[in-house]
Amino acid sequence: MLDKHAKLERNALAFVFAIIFVASIGGIVEIAPLFTIDETVEEVEDMRVYTPLEVAGRNIYIREGCYACHSQMIRTLQDEVERYGPYSLAVESQYDHPMLWGSKRTGPDLARLGEKYSDAWHVAHLINPRDVVPSSVMPSYAWLQRNSLRYDDMGLHLAALRKVGVPYTDEMIASASHDTYGQARPDSERADEFLERYGEDSNVRLFDGDPGRVTEMDALVAYLQILGRLTDAAHQQANDQTEGD
Amino acid sequence: MVSQLTRDERGSAMILCVILTLFGATLGLMGRDDVLGWHGALLALSGMVLLFVVMNKLYDPDPDPDRVTRYYDDPTKVGVIVSMMWLVFATFVGDWVAWLLVYPEATFDAGWSSFGRLRPVHTTGVIFGFGGNALIATSFHVLQRTSRARLAGSLAPWIVLIGFNLFCLLAVTGYMFGITASKEYAEPEWYADLFLVVIWVVYFVLYLRTLARRQEPHIYVANWYFLAFILVVAILHIINNLAVPVSLGHAKSYSLFSGVQDAMTQWWYGHNAVAFFLTSGFLGMLYYYLPRRAGRPIFSYRMSIISFWGITFLYMWAGSHHLHYTALPHWVQNLGMTFSIILVVPSWASAGHALLTLNGAWEKVRDDATLRFMFVAAVFYGLSTFEGSFMAIRPVNSLSHYTDWTVGHVHAGALGWVAMITFGTFYTLVPMLWNRERMYSSRLIEAHFWLALAGTVIYVFAMWNSGIVQGLMWRAYAENGTLAYSFIDSVDAMRPYYFARAVGGFLFFLGGVIGLYNIWMTTRMPTMEKPPVYDLPPVVEAEPAE
Ligand code: HEM
Ligand code: HEM
Repeated sequence: MLDKHAKLERNALAFVFAIIFVASIGGIVEIAPLFTIDETVEEVEDMRVYTPLEVAGRNIYIREGCYACHSQMIRTLQDEVERYGPYSLAVESQYDHPMLWGSKRTGPDLARLGEKYSDAWHVAHLINPRDVVPSSVMPSYAWLQRNSLRYDDMGLHLAALRKVGVPYTDEMIASASHDTYGQARPDSERADEFLERYGEDSNVRLFDGDPGRVTEMDALVAYLQILGRLTDAAHQQANDQTEGD
Repeated sequence: MVSQLTRDERGSAMILCVILTLFGATLGLMGRDDVLGWHGALLALSGMVLLFVVMNKLYDPDPDPDRVTRYYDDPTKVGVIVSMMWLVFATFVGDWVAWLLVYPEATFDAGWSSFGRLRPVHTTGVIFGFGGNALIATSFHVLQRTSRARLAGSLAPWIVLIGFNLFCLLAVTGYMFGITASKEYAEPEWYADLFLVVIWVVYFVLYLRTLARRQEPHIYVANWYFLAFILVVAILHIINNLAVPVSLGHAKSYSLFSGVQDAMTQWWYGHNAVAFFLTSGFLGMLYYYLPRRAGRPIFSYRMSIISFWGITFLYMWAGSHHLHYTALPHWVQNLGMTFSIILVVPSWASAGHALLTLNGAWEKVRDDATLRFMFVAAVFYGLSTFEGSFMAIRPVNSLSHYTDWTVGHVHAGALGWVAMITFGTFYTLVPMLWNRERMYSSRLIEAHFWLALAGTVIYVFAMWNSGIVQGLMWRAYAENGTLAYSFIDSVDAMRPYYFARAVGGFLFFLGGVIGLYNIWMTTRMPTMEKPPVYDLPPVVEAEPAE
């Protein structure tokens, strides 16, 4: 064996191919099947896509690095299920490009945050977390309320998401920026059109409480309020036993 | 820099600067309505500054034709200094971020300075800025010595070094503007990723071409590790960053993968960034500089082979230990756990190998802070890999995951291993590079050593405590069968540990500042009349080995 290796060490190209070969095996065995095996992701009927306003909110969540302190993945452990709710299913992040499961809980998990608090609570909390949770170490995000949301290009965002596999229709893409506005403006005509496209139980509200303009706060709160509510599958499974080992 | 290039090479350099400027300008124009515009402008500006630097020296005399009889160390010199500058900057940000968890108001009312945006500035700054520059600089140095050949090209090493630093600059400024792909350790967006691919290809080709010139028939162990670092990082980088940009005028892109597949790809990348960026390349350093400093040969050739292939093979299976008890299919979690446990074997073989090489030179370890840095690095390497394998066991991970225990493990590896081996290496390397008899001040090295060690120990102990306390509080039940603590109770309990961590971090940062000063002063020392001969010169005019 040592002789063979001594030969390999004399040939740079052979060494390069040996490294590529040896290093590729693990990834190929573990990752490739995930794309083909049906069991990886459950099939559910009621899974819905993010609305344009929620996509914009999700992008703000990413931009501000919220995922650095908050996970969105409830593990199959008794205490987590009791603290946060039913454990997360694969299908729930099926349309998450990229996923935001996170790896650190400086703050609590957010996978089932949707509708747990009021919009007003979120706005106050984001402007200054210590106003509502006195010993919180979360940063304040006051500028979200000051910044108008840019949404004239939401069609492009939805189109890119369709390219990676999210089933947006042509109509959704064409009216994406109108829908963004509509979801945050309950009194407008666009709100009705939005509801027609995305379903009656979508949230249409003045998320930031300010009827003036659509802000980044509107988008982020709209996103937070939908966390864990894209499908009901996890709750339906909730009676199943928590795994233990 | 420029005066070491021939006129032809200066011409090529100018063309490259123009290309960079045009690329930046195009990006800037396409992205003028987006934050992308700023990055375009930054690249265009960099291209122009570089062009100016080259043009300024364009008509200087050609370099000494004898240059081929010497090694080409200018890029290594610059790399070492730049690496230390990144260290100081990024540990400063790290410590700031650490204080923010104690005093969340200690920042400005602006996006760029909030925890979530500064944290990746810290991680990218230390891993890529500090670690990456250290790897590039030392790999050039080691490659030439172990091949007895000069670098194959005088321009290519600059492309690699400057290009890589531009990438780091795009990354770090991007986060502050709010540009991020959010994948840990792979946060830069699509255009920066593509830019890095080009730089990396140049690096790889330069490495292979220089190896082809080698006068030693065998490729030395250190180069195996550097090669694995370059190759596997390329594979990981390209696959994990596959994405569709919103448009060519948007910085934002959407990852090709979603949900489970994305999580698995990300942690296959993430764990192997640890393996091939933070381990493999630094083992390359260890295998060259430790024997040199200790004045003893590598303990066992056979052991090097086993650890090398063990690490290269096993690490790639281990990524799924980041996803225990999640929605990832069970069999993948179990494979990840199994391979992570086996991984302790080649890891300990490497750490043990380093210690066995030191065996017989213990009095040097006692007296020489530089060698002591390397010794401590090997110990922390053994410690953090053992800890890692332990944390990869499912029930252990159920406690440690999501807590500060992970952060403690990270910094045991990052401060104790990555940073310490680099400091030991730099203090060995700097006098060689600048032809000095020794470093400017050995007392400052000693001070740096104790600050770094104290900082690391305080940091790691604080995080072990906070992590375990957190994990236990989250799963504690009261007598009536309900959860005993609310989440905010666990946050309150973290305060003393976060405070201690920030203090430890400050000591470590201070050590880095002293290190940079010491290195800088060494370069300012008068050149000696008869500098010691550190290396055999390159062999010229003989036939290439292959
Ligand atoms: C045998 C070797 C090693 C094994 C098996 C191992 C295993 C692990 C495990 C189980 C985790 C926790 C994952 C989680 O629960 O989220 C982890 C995290 C981490 N380890 Fe290691 N580790 C090893 C060596 C190292 C070394 C030498 C470093 C050097 C710096 C390192 C850096 C990291 C980093 C940066 C993370 C954090 C990833 C994140 O969540 O962002 N590891 N490792
Ligand atoms: C002055 C020294 C340092 C201080 C004070 C410091 C502080 C921090 C802090 C506060 C975090 C965030 C932890 C959290 O989110 O809870 C962090 C994360 C991290 N740091 Fe450092 N750091 C230092 C040096 C380093 C060095 C030298 C490296 C690498 C060579 C490093 C690599 C990392 C990594 C990889 C993470 C991400 C960990 C994870 O995601 O689990 N740090 N650091």
